[in-house]
Amino acid sequence: MADAPDIALLTPYARSLGIALDRWEDNAPVLHVDFSEAVLGRPGALHGGAISGLLETAGYGALRAALAETGREASFVPINITVQFLRAGDEKRSYASARIVKLGRRTANLSVEAWQEDPAKPIASAVMNVMIRDVT
Amino acid sequence: MSDPTPRFDPSVAADFLVSRAHNGWLGMRFSDHGEDWVEMELPWREDLLGEEGRDVLASGPIVSLLDMAGGLSIWTRTGEFRGIATLDLRVDYTRPARERKSVFGRVQCYRTTRSAAFVRGIAHDGDPDDPVAHMQAVFMTIDKRTVDLPADRKAEQANG
Repeated sequence: MADAPDIALLTPYARSLGIALDRWEDNAPVLHVDFSEAVLGRPGALHGGAISGLLETAGYGALRAALAETGREASFVPINITVQFLRAGDEKRSYASARIVKLGRRTANLSVEAWQEDPAKPIASAVMNVMIRDVT
Repeated sequence: MSDPTPRFDPSVAADFLVSRAHNGWLGMRFSDHGEDWVEMELPWREDLLGEEGRDVLASGPIVSLLDMAGGLSIWTRTGEFRGIATLDLRVDYTRPARERKSVFGRVQCYRTTRSAAFVRGIAHDGDPDDPVAHMQAVFMTIDKRTVDLPADRKAEQANG
């Protein structure tokens, strides 16, 4: 397991929602969020917006880690996100991690999945395009 | 013929429906509606920022706002409050929101079938003609029955 790079993974919004770093896997952060009233949607199921927030945060985290490996420091501007809601999320801990499909000079394309007990049974997946603005 | 369940009215029901759970945590509130669209407001708040040092709402809450406005637009168009679940949702962020501004999500339900509902909309920060984001989503009906709102809300709706 790689050493955790010293980077800020969580936005004020992500911390406020209760998102936290779970572990590092394949040089990308696995994030989790525990069940709470703040992530609840209709009774008994997680809110799609909260799951989207977890997915997005995992996407930015993976991207920041990949850029840190090559010494790049950048700010991100979201271009778009497409979320597929695959299963209802139960009232328990949820995880998410992202895979960088393409890392370019100006944009990145990310594939993100969220799951609960079994990573093979994702509750949601997302594709994200992100604009990268290098900090010079 | 009497209809025991009054037609769904977002101007009465929306604030109650977003008063709890994730939507309540975000602090969403009703803004405006038409026959097949609903606009919800997400007031600016310090702990919902997307970037340290910039007073702009994160994109996550904007997805939540558009998702909720989308659900409300379906109930408004059909007039029935039913269990629905988001199947697929896309958001294009066309420009950053302005600092310390509320973001509004205005979503229209343009088509319903027996089990699916199609919605599209925008997020803006004051001027609907200058959106910060565009969205498109598909919802599935998960309960064929109309769900009754709590009794006090029904009475309010009936008195409307």
